Amino acid sequence: MNKVVAAHHEVDPGSPRSYTAGFVLSIVLTVAAYLIADQQRASGWTLIYIVVGLAVVQLFVQLVFFLHLGRGSRSRWNLTAAAFAAMVVLILVMGSLWIMKHLNYSHDSLSPQQLNQNIVKDEGIKPSNY
Amino acid sequence: MSQAATITRANERQEAESKTLFGFWVYLMTDCVLFASLFATFAVLRGNTFGGPTGDQLFSLPFVLIETLVLLTSSYTAGLGLLAARRRAKTQVLVFFGLTMLLGIFFLTMELTEFHKLYVEGDSWRRSGFLSAFFTLVGTHGLHITSGLIWMAVMLYKVAKGGLNHVNVKRLTMLSMFWHFLDIIWIFIFTIVYLVGVAG
Repeated sequence: MNKVVAAHHEVDPGSPRSYTAGFVLSIVLTVAAYLIADQQRASGWTLIYIVVGLAVVQLFVQLVFFLHLGRGSRSRWNLTAAAFAAMVVLILVMGSLWIMKHLNYSHDSLSPQQLNQNIVKDEGIKPSNY
Repeated sequence: MSQAATITRANERQEAESKTLFGFWVYLMTDCVLFASLFATFAVLRGNTFGGPTGDQLFSLPFVLIETLVLLTSSYTAGLGLLAARRRAKTQVLVFFGLTMLLGIFFLTMELTEFHKLYVEGDSWRRSGFLSAFFTLVGTHGLHITSGLIWMAVMLYKVAKGGLNHVNVKRLTMLSMFWHFLDIIWIFIFTIVYLVGVAG
């Protein structure tokens, strides 16, 4: 009887096959992103979109195959927490970049070096500090 | 004890266990927010090298690829270890989590080697905003890995000594969730810090 009870209540444990599939897919995605960046198959924003896109795909692969998100009876609240976290993460990252790219200093789309110089000059940072 | 009482007790235990696991999941989600703020900081400060070296002058992609694959493999072995724990296969649990721990130590050693090299060559966190953000982001991940490794050592001891009782299986479940989570964070460090850093 105990065995039956245990088997009945066991949360979805995944299977070796699901872990192996997740593992192989993750390796393929990692190596693909690596090759594209290392051999300069793309550059600038195209490259950033491609490798970040591959990372997001891998995020979902691991969430499903390793963390079994979305399966089992208690998964609804896990999904809710994850969706809320994703929202906060996006607002935090996108918001920070958006604000920082639109500061006064950046208005003339300066190079990072020129930007540094302007900030050093405007904020009165003494050369001895660097 | 009657059958009904056994079932009720099993249900209660199951209920408590799933609450614990959900609580741990919520912790992981808040940890996500911590890392998001560090990622945002890094993304903002990425170009602020203050005349110092940029990412593509500092990082070696093949080195980081190996680091990534090592951590990914450890995430896989942690998953297999958890399956073994559910089957109550003690030896396999010890082997898989032992393997996970070795791979984790190897990963951490590689990370510290990189940190040491940067520090010795004068490219520490004091060099530029970019490097401060780099060390904070990657170092925070490294600290998480370190605490995961300590947790794993404790669990290996507990399983070896106390066997696979319900409490230990529950803890192993949380430990492998934590480890998978750290692997996911690392994918984004690998992508945003290293891949984009070298080519962007």
